[in-house]
Amino acid sequence: MNIEEAPQHKRDFKDGNTSPQKVLYVTNADGSYTQTNSDGWEVENIALQQAWEEIDLQLEEEKQHIKNGISSPIAYYMIKNRMDIGILAAYVGKWQWQVKRHMKPAIFNSLSPSLLKKYAAIFNITVDELKSIN
Amino acid sequence: MIIPFEHKSQAHCESGVTSNLLKHYGLPISEPMAFGIGSGLFFGHLPFVKINGVPGTTYRIYPGQIFKNVCKRLHIKSNTQRFSTVEKGMQQLNENIQQNIPTGCQVSVFYLPFLPEVFRFHFNAHNLVIYGEENKMYYVSDPVMDNKCTIAYDDLAKARFAKGMPEPKGRMYYIKEVPHNLDLDTAIKKGIKQTCMFMKSPPVPWFGVNAIRFLSKQILQYPQKLEPRKATLYLGNIIRMQEEIGTGGAGFRFLYAAFLQEAASQTGNTNLAELSQVMTSIGDQWRNFAYNTARICKARSSDVVSYSELSAQLNRIYEAEKKFYTQLANVY
Repeated sequence: MNIEEAPQHKRDFKDGNTSPQKVLYVTNADGSYTQTNSDGWEVENIALQQAWEEIDLQLEEEKQHIKNGISSPIAYYMIKNRMDIGILAAYVGKWQWQVKRHMKPAIFNSLSPSLLKKYAAIFNITVDELKSIN
Repeated sequence: MIIPFEHKSQAHCESGVTSNLLKHYGLPISEPMAFGIGSGLFFGHLPFVKINGVPGTTYRIYPGQIFKNVCKRLHIKSNTQRFSTVEKGMQQLNENIQQNIPTGCQVSVFYLPFLPEVFRFHFNAHNLVIYGEENKMYYVSDPVMDNKCTIAYDDLAKARFAKGMPEPKGRMYYIKEVPHNLDLDTAIKKGIKQTCMFMKSPPVPWFGVNAIRFLSKQILQYPQKLEPRKATLYLGNIIRMQEEIGTGGAGFRFLYAAFLQEAASQTGNTNLAELSQVMTSIGDQWRNFAYNTARICKARSSDVVSYSELSAQLNRIYEAEKKFYTQLANVY
């Protein structure tokens, strides 16, 4: 990639933050390599956008599941924190099947206060917030 | 206590940290040089290692290897530590700062408040340098940031002791002693040889150039095997690993081409200069691949023709890289 080809496509993410600039290795006219700054590339922006849209989509789905009594808020907050079951189980210090059980409303309602506190701390929220999803 | 430390923003976190740390001790090793000597270039595709439900793809070697290889090959004395508890890990970091030792740390990007939210996923193989501490506030030189930053004790502790693969376990590393003379030529040779071996030799389909062919075959199956939403998510992840901040563009291929060019002028070996140009064109091929992939993602397409074109394009990259590493291995 030549230095003139370095893309300058600013990210358009919801937080409006477009820093930092990306360092790219590009060639000068004589073929020698140099570092240059790039605002971003539409290709990367599309892929990032897609990953975040997927999270929003999954959050909407989980909201419905909670309403319909299929999921507990743990499923919702896991996605909100960009975790999967493996990562969440590692934080809680439980097996994955145990965490999966906690995502069932009936089991969730019977969880001990100390375990609820643990989940809330992992999600960086209060226990009250954990019990609701707003 | 704040150590005078020169921050230079770099393309990639680990080779950037390694280069910045070496410069602190007066060794002028550029980022591409650290990347090449450290054998940073790689390719792997692991369909059975899913991250947020998406198969993992990597364009670089396992975290920690670059720093380790560079120190070993340039006979630099260094130390790497992991910790059983957060307290011990933070305590040892404080002691390093008291002793004037800028220290590299492996962290999760999820817990770095100075990064824009858009990048903050549970990616645990990020690297940065801590060069100071005052009232539980740490001073950070993160190579992907334009400027120096600060981070609070609690955030840094969370980032260093994040869970999930690859688990940092508070891993920190620093330089103890540097030699008077550097034998760059030998180090370059060793770095290149290992990269050729890692790319050419693995007898399993998930690593090295074979993994590029493997991924190209996988992509062919996406429209049949996966619903469109999932198929485009899989594709999107390939692009992110290739082009997201910290790669230098084209999945580290341009960074490696820059290394070969510098290695050519260091050793006087013109073959390396020619191979640098080959690697640049391979990098351009990866960029085209990413461009076409993004078009499919944007259209949310499950059109079989576009997937098979993508697969064919990736297979051509496989052919090109396979030939490249054979030629590179023949230089030494």
